[in-house]
Amino acid sequence: MNVIESGVGELFQPPDPDGFREWVHTRKNTRMVDKVMSEQDAVARFVADGDYLGTELYGTVRAPMSLVRETIRQGKKHLRVAGQGIHEIDLLLAADLVDTLDITYIAWEVYGISSCLRRAVESGRVRTADWSNGGITWRFKAAAMGVPFLPVRSMLGTDTLKYSAAKVIEDPFTGKPICLLPALFLDVGLIHVHKADKYGNCRVEGISGFVHEMSRASKKLIVSTEEIVSTDEIRKYPEQTVIPYYLVDAVVEAKYGSHPGEMCYRYWRDGEHLQSFLKDSADPAKTKVYLDKWVYGVKNHAEYVNLVGTDRLRQLESEIGGR
Amino acid sequence: MASYNESEFLICLASKLMEDGTTAFVGTGIPMLAAALAKRMHAPNLVPIFEFGGTGASLEKLPLGVGDSRTFHKAVAASGICDIMETACRGFVEYGFLGGAQIDPYGNLNTTVIGKYWPPKVRLPGSGGANDVASFCWKTIVIMRKHDTRSFVPRIDFLTTPGYLTGPGAREKAGLPPGAGPYRVVTNLALMDFEPASRRMRLIATHPGVRVEDVLKATGFELLVADKVTVNPEPTDKELRLLREEIDKDRYYI
Repeated sequence: MNVIESGVGELFQPPDPDGFREWVHTRKNTRMVDKVMSEQDAVARFVADGDYLGTELYGTVRAPMSLVRETIRQGKKHLRVAGQGIHEIDLLLAADLVDTLDITYIAWEVYGISSCLRRAVESGRVRTADWSNGGITWRFKAAAMGVPFLPVRSMLGTDTLKYSAAKVIEDPFTGKPICLLPALFLDVGLIHVHKADKYGNCRVEGISGFVHEMSRASKKLIVSTEEIVSTDEIRKYPEQTVIPYYLVDAVVEAKYGSHPGEMCYRYWRDGEHLQSFLKDSADPAKTKVYLDKWVYGVKNHAEYVNLVGTDRLRQLESEIGGR
Repeated sequence: MASYNESEFLICLASKLMEDGTTAFVGTGIPMLAAALAKRMHAPNLVPIFEFGGTGASLEKLPLGVGDSRTFHKAVAASGICDIMETACRGFVEYGFLGGAQIDPYGNLNTTVIGKYWPPKVRLPGSGGANDVASFCWKTIVIMRKHDTRSFVPRIDFLTTPGYLTGPGAREKAGLPPGAGPYRVVTNLALMDFEPASRRMRLIATHPGVRVEDVLKATGFELLVADKVTVNPEPTDKELRLLREEIDKDRYYI
């Protein structure tokens, strides 16, 4: 097959579908066992230095913030990260735990660009390869399908492709150029959901983002949930299960786990908190003060929630609005 | 006529480009305000599409991000990013509204780096969904808040998102779906299209009080000029009231 172009970007996690199968066969458990544990235990057991890590959804929306904060507290380092993110990636970058980024978009949308990203990449501390949002999600989808790559019609003709690790080939069916995206198998995925049972059967409300793709592309998967529900409840509406239990290694109960981001139908984003971080993050010293207060200064998510305070959380609950 | 600022003008003009009964990819920022305004004015049946899964939201409240709960409030569907991008790839999405830090004569956009790729002088956010949107939507509309020679450049530092690439036929040669590409560029000074034969950017209308030479001077490349350059309509009192009192009450943008 004729390769027309090869991206010059580094392939930080080469696709290995057979390695993934082997992992599943030897390490995953298809028996329904209770996986509820503390975030300390979950991160200690399932996140390792040097891991390739993914988070879903993103920064201000149903993001696994409590798990990210715990990962930082435990100082998991030399992480390789897939980034369509905001606050969660900013925190990992600010704590200097990231070596490489497969980046699609890291910024603050309505509020502005990311100072943490700028410092990390412009200084040469963090190496990058660029992709589109569709591109990185199709890389998860390829992994979820158990195949080494997927052909897509995106990224073609651009530097986004040139500085990625994608390839362009001549499609053997139409004869036209087509972009091949390498599957992205994650060592560990962190996902925050609305409801899960103790075995890890999960539901999310609202948009599904890339929960299907990333949960299936992860060797190890830690789920945090606003609420633990009974398996009877799960079995009553099985069509609502987006992550079945066998994908999951740990279930962590974390009400307000997406704070300062939002959780649809539960609480709205904490705009004040986010904007104050964004302002502080322009200055490395103030960024450290933020981390000292909100991450290192609390033992766990329960202490974090206390620090935010009940009044504030009630306020955010009242602001989310209904259906 | 009430007085208005540049952002308000830009939003009102972008809003008028949104066609009732069509599907439109809406990015963060001005496109969201323009879509919210269009739905209240001439395009109640506009179907806003957000990349992380929202289709057909009411936009009663202004979304602050492309995945927040307002992107699927009273929507007809809440799916995920693969479904949305694949839907666009199959040709269902008419318009895509995007912004950029730099744009060249062919409508190619840079939102990745200023300077060399790595380590860059300035690291910008990256493509996000923009590359996918501009690859797949039939008509891409680019909104640039500041029309000057720093952002309208002959060569962008990094081609994040495809316009017409190097000119006629280049998109198709690269493997992108045929018949799609940049359609309009809206700025704080003027409205541009792309001349069909050369695929180069062309001035078609200026804002009230802006002269053609002002626009040419603010553009860092040779901008084509249409035979007849018209004047863009000013925001109406109703549009301004909706923007100030309903859509952007918290003044995120205006």
